[in-house]
Amino acid sequence: MKRLIPVIAFAALAVAAQVVSFAVGKEFCLTQLTMAVYYAIVVMGLCLLMGFAGQVSLGHGAFFAIGGYTSAVLTTSDFSRFEDSAWIAALKRAHVLYLKADLYGGEVLAATPWAAFLAAMAMTFFIACLIGYPALRLKGHYLAMATLGFGLIVYKMVLGSSITGSADGITGVPEWKLFFGLTVSGKSALRVQNYYIACAVALLLLVLLMNLVQSRVGRALQAIHDRETAAGAIGINTARYKLSAFVLSALIAAAAGVFLTHYNGGIGPSEASTLKSVRYVALAAAGGMGNPWGAALVSTIINFLSLRGWFGSYDNAVFGAALIVIISLAPQGPLKPLGLLIRRIIGGIRAPKRGGHATP
Amino acid sequence: MPLLEVQNITHRFGGLVALDKVGFLVAQGQIKSIIGPNGAGKTTLLNVISGLLPSGAGRITFKEKRINGLKPHQIARAGMSRTFQNPSLFLQMSVLENVMVGRHCRTRSGFSSCCLRLPGQIREEKRIREAAMEQIRYVGLEGLAEVEAGALGFGERRMVELARALATEPSLLLLDEPASGLNSRETEDLGEHIRRIAEKGITVLLVEHDMSLVMTVSDDILVLDNGARLAEGAPSVIQNNEEVIRVYLGSGFEHVASSRKP
Repeated sequence: MKRLIPVIAFAALAVAAQVVSFAVGKEFCLTQLTMAVYYAIVVMGLCLLMGFAGQVSLGHGAFFAIGGYTSAVLTTSDFSRFEDSAWIAALKRAHVLYLKADLYGGEVLAATPWAAFLAAMAMTFFIACLIGYPALRLKGHYLAMATLGFGLIVYKMVLGSSITGSADGITGVPEWKLFFGLTVSGKSALRVQNYYIACAVALLLLVLLMNLVQSRVGRALQAIHDRETAAGAIGINTARYKLSAFVLSALIAAAAGVFLTHYNGGIGPSEASTLKSVRYVALAAAGGMGNPWGAALVSTIINFLSLRGWFGSYDNAVFGAALIVIISLAPQGPLKPLGLLIRRIIGGIRAPKRGGHATP
Repeated sequence: MPLLEVQNITHRFGGLVALDKVGFLVAQGQIKSIIGPNGAGKTTLLNVISGLLPSGAGRITFKEKRINGLKPHQIARAGMSRTFQNPSLFLQMSVLENVMVGRHCRTRSGFSSCCLRLPGQIREEKRIREAAMEQIRYVGLEGLAEVEAGALGFGERRMVELARALATEPSLLLLDEPASGLNSRETEDLGEHIRRIAEKGITVLLVEHDMSLVMTVSDDILVLDNGARLAEGAPSVIQNNEEVIRVYLGSGFEHVASSRKP
């Protein structure tokens, strides 16, 4: 039962945000809120890596972009010039490729969003293993360095190559029909549905992550974080666990990238910039690294305000300031002190009652 | 066959020869101690055996299998567990969680079954908890199970570390100066623990400076000096070995040992 309390609280918060946005006639805010929730998913994955395995990645913006771009390229490219080959025919039969109408009414042969999603995951898995394997066999913050370099390379690549649309990025990414008629799409008619899709994905992920950290695997990751030598001597395969945590958090970032790309209908190179990666790290730290709930909440709120343009040209400065304030006042994130405060208030309400019982 | 056979281990830190062709045997069920002056290479030897340091050209055989070159976690899974000179607990975790980590190498739930809380994982988690509680009761800390390890005193940390090492179901337990930092009563308790552990059939390899502890619990003693083997034998033999007295024990050891006690 105790495990369900934060889930219910977060679901209630999500519904409350939607109700309020309608009540005050600003339902367009839900669009930015949906985007902020997808960005928060990246931060949750980083939380697992930083707060539990104790490794820092400065390349999660790049993984987000790899997910988004893989999906965008595959769902918008035209494979029809390869149509004679047996491969293409087989892929068509397997519903990996399908014919769709392009912007000008012609027919193009493109990958289905589900197939593109799986391809994006496979691609991310492969790349994350490639980077993580050498970097995580060493002790210390080699992963941060490796991912920093990797992020810079990815940024330059998406900016410079024509497949990814250079500086313009890719537009015209189709909507993604999930199942039961749920569709990831930026159409305003589907705004509320998409808001709840994003919230459901985030909440599901939070539940899975909480299950993970309160288990044998979570304890192993924390042990590595605390004392890597002792963790190894007690029987934990430290290199493998660090790599698994890194790959998992990269996959989470890439999945968020796929969702947001379908939601926005496109993706641009700024998603891969190092500044984005640094922001994710800052948000994970500000949310309380070992606390995925706090990270989700803080990053959703700050990203939402940022997307609404509240901070204007001071955007990055506000991120820095928020980080400094939270780290210096509440290093474990804002949720723990808040929880203590609530508990104290509840205790304060209950205490007089108990006193009342005591008097005859 | 001996449980552990160490042959011809040499280890250098730069130009310093920390271990010079050291070799010895540990028989099944024995309590074997390694003693020697500071810098003799005792901890280095334990680190080489447990895989934290490379073993170089020598050969280490554990349960009739060669273990040099294996990673520490593989050696732990093979049945060798250890404690450290400075208790190295996971300070952010509770005592119970620390000992539960000790069950890691005997359990198998992976990322996916933990994420999804599959029935097998829930059952295994329950077993891990029970086995860990049993070890905590064994070292007499059941009242502190939920306390964060960082809040414990030094002696308690040692005991938690011992419980964690025992939770891995070791055949061989390496203890690196378990009595350092303990008061004389705690040291006596420790000696009692070591004997009880040996009675359970766990072989113990002990590195220790407390001679009253070493002489009372050990079946066999290896003396190291400057990284090389100086002597080896039963406590009574070692106590009367002139070389050992000269470099380490000092004359009138009996007198030294008894004067330690208040």
